[in-house]
Amino acid sequence: MSIDLSQFHAVFFEESFEGLDVMENALLELQPENPDSELINSIFRSAHSIKGGSGTFGFISISEFTHILETLLDKIREGEEQLDADSVELFLQSVDCMRTMLEALQAETEPDTTRADQLAIMFQSILTGASAAEAKGLDVPATGASPVIQESVLPGSDSIPDSLAGFHIEFTPEADMLKGGNDPVRMMRELATLGELTSTPDTGALPTLRDMQPDVVYLNWCMDLHGDMPLEDVQEVFEWVEGECDLSISRLGGSADSAPEVMPSNVAEAVDHAPDGTSTAATKTKADEQESAKPIPDAPKTASPAKPAPAPAARAGKAESSSIRVGIDKVDSLINLVGELVITQSMLGQMGGSGEVITDDHIGNLREGLVQLEQNTRELQDSVMRIRMLPISFAFNRFPRMVRDLSLQLGKKVRLELRGEQTELDKTVMEKINDPLVHLVRNAMDHGIESPNVRADQGKDETGTIVLNAFHQGGNIIIEMIDDGGGIDADKLVAKARANGIVGDNEQLNQEQKLDLLFAPGLSTVEQVSDLSGRGVGMDVVRRNIQELNGSVDIDTELGKGTTFRIRLPLTLAILDGQLVTVAGQTYIFPLMSISESLQIDEKLVNNVAGGGDVYNLRDEYIPILSLDSIFGLRTEPLSYDQSLLVVVEAEGMKVSVVVDDLMAQQQVVIKSLEDNYTRVPGVSGATILGDGTVAMILDVAGLIGLAGNQKTMAAGEIAGSAA
Amino acid sequence: MDNVQQDKVPAVAAQAASMVDTINQEGFQDLQQFLTFVMEGEEYGIDILNVQEIRGWDNVAPIPNAPAHVSGVINLRGAIVPVIDLRVMFAFNEARYDENTVVIVLKVESQRVNRIMGVVVDAVSDVFSLSEEDKRPPPNVNQNISQNYINGLTEVKGKMVILLDCEKLLDIENH
Repeated sequence: MSIDLSQFHAVFFEESFEGLDVMENALLELQPENPDSELINSIFRSAHSIKGGSGTFGFISISEFTHILETLLDKIREGEEQLDADSVELFLQSVDCMRTMLEALQAETEPDTTRADQLAIMFQSILTGASAAEAKGLDVPATGASPVIQESVLPGSDSIPDSLAGFHIEFTPEADMLKGGNDPVRMMRELATLGELTSTPDTGALPTLRDMQPDVVYLNWCMDLHGDMPLEDVQEVFEWVEGECDLSISRLGGSADSAPEVMPSNVAEAVDHAPDGTSTAATKTKADEQESAKPIPDAPKTASPAKPAPAPAARAGKAESSSIRVGIDKVDSLINLVGELVITQSMLGQMGGSGEVITDDHIGNLREGLVQLEQNTRELQDSVMRIRMLPISFAFNRFPRMVRDLSLQLGKKVRLELRGEQTELDKTVMEKINDPLVHLVRNAMDHGIESPNVRADQGKDETGTIVLNAFHQGGNIIIEMIDDGGGIDADKLVAKARANGIVGDNEQLNQEQKLDLLFAPGLSTVEQVSDLSGRGVGMDVVRRNIQELNGSVDIDTELGKGTTFRIRLPLTLAILDGQLVTVAGQTYIFPLMSISESLQIDEKLVNNVAGGGDVYNLRDEYIPILSLDSIFGLRTEPLSYDQSLLVVVEAEGMKVSVVVDDLMAQQQVVIKSLEDNYTRVPGVSGATILGDGTVAMILDVAGLIGLAGNQKTMAAGEIAGSAA
Repeated sequence: MDNVQQDKVPAVAAQAASMVDTINQEGFQDLQQFLTFVMEGEEYGIDILNVQEIRGWDNVAPIPNAPAHVSGVINLRGAIVPVIDLRVMFAFNEARYDENTVVIVLKVESQRVNRIMGVVVDAVSDVFSLSEEDKRPPPNVNQNISQNYINGLTEVKGKMVILLDCEKLLDIENH
């Protein structure tokens, strides 16, 4: 009986990714000089489960690779091998490599094993005695007994000019290389363009004419390439076939001291090599796929050139994970609550069914029952919301690795402190807050924390500190990113902003407004643009992402002392604090976060800007007045200003005011999608169901501003059109 | 909720159920069942498999800047479901809402369209079965009802019934 294993794939991937995270964290905690055996055990266990799972599901590339990893870990565990910083690095790289391969498999593509093969060889070499450091340098002695493909790289190739005399190349294609669209003849032609090529085919494996297959390679070659060319050029010729051949490149007249080091590009898969002189044009149709293809019509076989490199596992194709792991305690508490709810229901039911005469007693009991019901409902709601909640450690856990890698890269000493990792927040919020956090931490590392000597000069600890702190406050979660670096020079920001024309020459800004410039697009105070940051894109994206979550971000900074970014987010995306308003008899909801104030309209302060609609003079600030009546096409004759109220809202750094007929209650509303059964509606972010069962639209302030802008442009166009 | 619904739903449902029984007993497997409704005196039919339920007319919350035939959205047991008025969509007279006005909640799950939507009609009338050969192609004339939504015509008890294509009806982006 066969079982369809694919139904378990999702679970396998989820567990494997979790396992990789465990491995990564344990590796980061591991002190090579004094390895904690419990940590090594947990790494080992994770590797073992991944190996077992991948073996079961037939993901051979993963299981083979994990096997090598596991063998080494086992030896380390037994004390037969020593762990050092280099091998920890190697393990970390393998974790990355396995993650990439698993992602590829998850996207149902073939994983690229080149990296894994390289790592595997390094691990092999550690196992056979060399130290990790040597392995890392790729100086791996050829160990395989089988015809190992050797692509030797001179160790001192920096000191010895590449162009000394040329290269000796041993090239043994796999039998089915032609099927992949690669043609040895073309590669030799390519080589011949680099220098003087002499090649000797080995026809030993050539079968009789009768047994010969037209699309099988039976030959291998020894080639001498004389001339002045860099090694990379030679390697490039074989770039596309690395995995499909045994290849060894060594320098001609190579001195004895530089014994060819091998980097087997394909671990010893013995191939039947045989001449292929008779191959026919069987493979020509593949030729169109090539990138660098030069059709060779006259060649005995018109094979195709290199096949395109396997695309990196397309991240885009990665399916959104749709499952969530819930602690059994949360489920248990749900079941308890449902139990209580049933009891309350039966109690109320009994009351409703008993006694024809309603006494005061009955009413009292009924009220009590209703109070209980209300409490049950609220607890049930909380519990259900909690199911979607995950501890923020899911988002924080990637930072130790990132900080470690970045501090090495930047030559800075940084210590990362995580606080409040158990603070829970909605899964969707967590997914969306990840990128902004990464960006903030990178920024802090790149230009917040100073280099060790600068810090020493200023009398600070050479090691900088970055703190990620999460905690609950009211219905919000606050995430703080605190660094003790140089702080932000607000005046420098302003100067830069003036230079870029973002701030006018005569505009005076307060501290808050100055720091706000940090989020302006296209502004960076770093003179040196690095690949980490400084391009001035990013901070605006950070704020936009946070605002999309109905959150906000503040900055506190002190020059020379450090900076604190404080992100405030709603606990969940499913529920929103809303301000109910009525316009034209309909109820609409503003997210409370977007409202800065509400006021009665003083008509004297309403001014009309030619063609641009009304503006309101709010404490000497002119704010455009938007009318839902015109934006949504509700009433042709809206209420007059003295019968209306004004709600001042902010979005994407813009302040506008919206006229409403009346303000109603503030309450939490459950956000429902309009798109499920309808389409996206501009100006509306969703709908909700009010206490009386009716539906109300939740307004999207940024969308409203956009709509109003469009209408004005259209109106202007009409006027222009009618005038013409 | 008004009482129209309570009156109509059981009646139609019972009719449908008895219909199914008959079909099963007689073994007419390839018969297709249609629910018919009335608009402006004409009878229209839709595949009964697309009908989720029938409700009385209830107040709707208007959708900003929606086309005129999209009346708004209703709360269908916690789901936000848009309601379109077929009478407006097919350019009949001004839609009236009275105690006979009903909303047929349609559900289509196909590759192109996957949604639940209510359609407003004057009244629900009947359920009948139809085999493929009884269907006639839609007329090739320019009626005031948009040709695109007609699946075919048929005759029931001497009266013409216009069969509508639910998938196209609910494909609101391409109205």
